[in-house]
Amino acid sequence: MSILVLAEYHEGQLAAGTAHVVAAAQAIGGDIDILVAGDNVAGVAEAAARLDGVSRVRVADNAVYAHQLAEPTADLLVALADDYTHLLAAATTTGKNVLPRVAALKDVNQISEILAVDSPDTFKRPIYAGNAIATVRSEDSLKVITVRTTAFDAVGESGAAAIEAVDVVVDNALSTFVDETLAQNERPELGGARVVISGGRGMGNGENFKLLEGIADKLGAAIGASRAAVDAGFVPNDMQVGQTGKIVAPELYIAVGISGAIQHLAGMKDSRVIVAINKDDEAPIFQVADYGLVGDLFELLPELEQKL
Amino acid sequence: MKVLVAVKRVIDYNVKIRVKPDHTDVDLTNVKMAMNPFCEIAVEEAVRLKEKGVATEIVAVTVGPKTAQEQLRTALALGADRAIHVETDARVESLGVAKLLKGVVDEEQPDLVILGKQAIDTDNNQTGQMLAALTGMPQGTFASEVSIENGEVSVTREIDGGLQTVKLRLPAVVTSDLRLNEPRYAKLPDIMKAKKKPLETRTPETLGVSIAAPPTLLKVETPAERQGGVKVASVDELVDKLKNEAKVL
Ligand SMILES: Cc1cc2nc3c(=O)[nH]c(=O)nc-3n(C[C@H](O)[C@H](O)[C@H](O)COP(=O)(O)OP(=O)(O)OC[C@H]3O[C@@H](n4cnc5c(N)ncnc54)[C@H](O)[C@@H]3O)c2cc1C
Ligand SMILES: Nc1ncnc2c1ncn2[C@@H]1O[C@H](COP(=O)(O)O)[C@@H](O)[C@H]1O
Repeated sequence: MSILVLAEYHEGQLAAGTAHVVAAAQAIGGDIDILVAGDNVAGVAEAAARLDGVSRVRVADNAVYAHQLAEPTADLLVALADDYTHLLAAATTTGKNVLPRVAALKDVNQISEILAVDSPDTFKRPIYAGNAIATVRSEDSLKVITVRTTAFDAVGESGAAAIEAVDVVVDNALSTFVDETLAQNERPELGGARVVISGGRGMGNGENFKLLEGIADKLGAAIGASRAAVDAGFVPNDMQVGQTGKIVAPELYIAVGISGAIQHLAGMKDSRVIVAINKDDEAPIFQVADYGLVGDLFELLPELEQKL
Repeated sequence: MKVLVAVKRVIDYNVKIRVKPDHTDVDLTNVKMAMNPFCEIAVEEAVRLKEKGVATEIVAVTVGPKTAQEQLRTALALGADRAIHVETDARVESLGVAKLLKGVVDEEQPDLVILGKQAIDTDNNQTGQMLAALTGMPQGTFASEVSIENGEVSVTREIDGGLQTVKLRLPAVVTSDLRLNEPRYAKLPDIMKAKKKPLETRTPETLGVSIAAPPTLLKVETPAERQGGVKVASVDELVDKLKNEAKVL
């Protein structure tokens, strides 16, 4: 078996998720290559080469691959696919954008967001917002898969894989990048944080999210939100946790002023310890919380910050 | 400009699903079905493009059994002009659907195809990307803003780090994210009028498309239930439990 992992990176840094995808590749077994596609990505390639278990990092460094637009990145993967039995990427907005396009061009199915590898062709994945787990077997010769990164522990960084240039250059007359507004903050990435504290509609407004910041500072936590909080304009969309937002599985998840709709639970119920703070003692979030605290968040949050 | 919108019939998002006792699938008997929420947003976007005078005709399409016509009628009530039902009782997933939709695209030659980003039953998030690949179109996935100008569509996409804007040559595929718009409800007179709007039926055979087999579904299980824990009486007790019992602080 031979596996190609599409590396993900942001602003010249290899994203943490790639080390988790390599772990999924190891669970499948076989030779593992990483593809770094982008413009000026030598640094990313070096970081990828340090991931354990990787034989080779292939680098397609060309302006056409900038911003990992779906059309050229998919064409590049198609050009390389014949060397591999499996193509893997993280189930991030990048992986979800590119891999189905590759699968269709290769006339194979894509398997989304695997949670476990039963064998090289059989995988577990969540359906119905994680309310059921399906075991599916791919009958295709090429398996195209996205990986839920929180379901696989990251590999270490003591490797020294060979780095090789890929000279395939495709053209892209279909799409052009215009601009990007990226959230700027010093906090850990939601997907990889050890502690996540999220606010919901109960926060009342965006200003009140400051109440979460003090606690997040003390715990080194990332800050998330429910869809209702995002829809109400309290916070930007990249903070949404849930079925259609980000999936998190931290050591500690603190849900504040969040009722616990199934679509929200889908994004956080695999956290190790869940704390809920809600003034409604019947809120469904308490059914999944290890520790529930009933009360007004505006009183409880300042006290919690002080006592941590 | 002609807009094609793909809609899927799925379990209503409020329904708590049950897995069949024999673990072959989720049990859909006597369960409330509805249009996939992301498809409602896709239809709404098409209707708004028509209201702005950008779109001239909206064609709604679905792939599925006879019952899926209900969702086409909903799309017609919301403002689609006509509908195409690709009828099949087979288990079709994203690749199969994308191939059938390509058959419809070849017949209809739309300038823009709008799909939902994800069906909330399979949670695949693939069909739009696959359709774009098969038709050689560019794709604007997870759209939170769409505007058409000079033969191009500008799409603002919700990405993990924030927002990204791309320009795509038409014809193009767009998939809707939750914040693209807030769908309207169908009014009773529109529901009545929708019954008279044209709805044509196709089959995979008449489209000349053979259905791609989806991955084999071996087993469906209920995930391990999380046990609810305890309620604590105070912040002090919470901090104590987190430190000494859960050991996460
Ligand atoms: C297709 C689809 C996809 C979706 N995807 C997602 C998703 O990815 N993520 C997501 O989160 N949602 C998602 N949703 C929305 C979801 O169904 C819920 O509407 C949403 O999660 C509710 O957010 P909330 O809990 O913040 O708001 P609410 O349900 O309004 O709950 C607010 C809570 O705050 C509490 N509260 C209010 N004031 C205080 C106070 N002063 N102190 C303490 N507690 C207080 C209330 O008791 C209440 O429990 C999706 C919905 C659909 C249809
Ligand atoms: N059977 C179907 N009929 C029509 N459209 C579909 C069907 N399945 C998926 N789609 C479209 O593709 C989108 C994404 O679905 P999926 O890739 O299955 O998550 C949906 O929101 C629909 O717009």
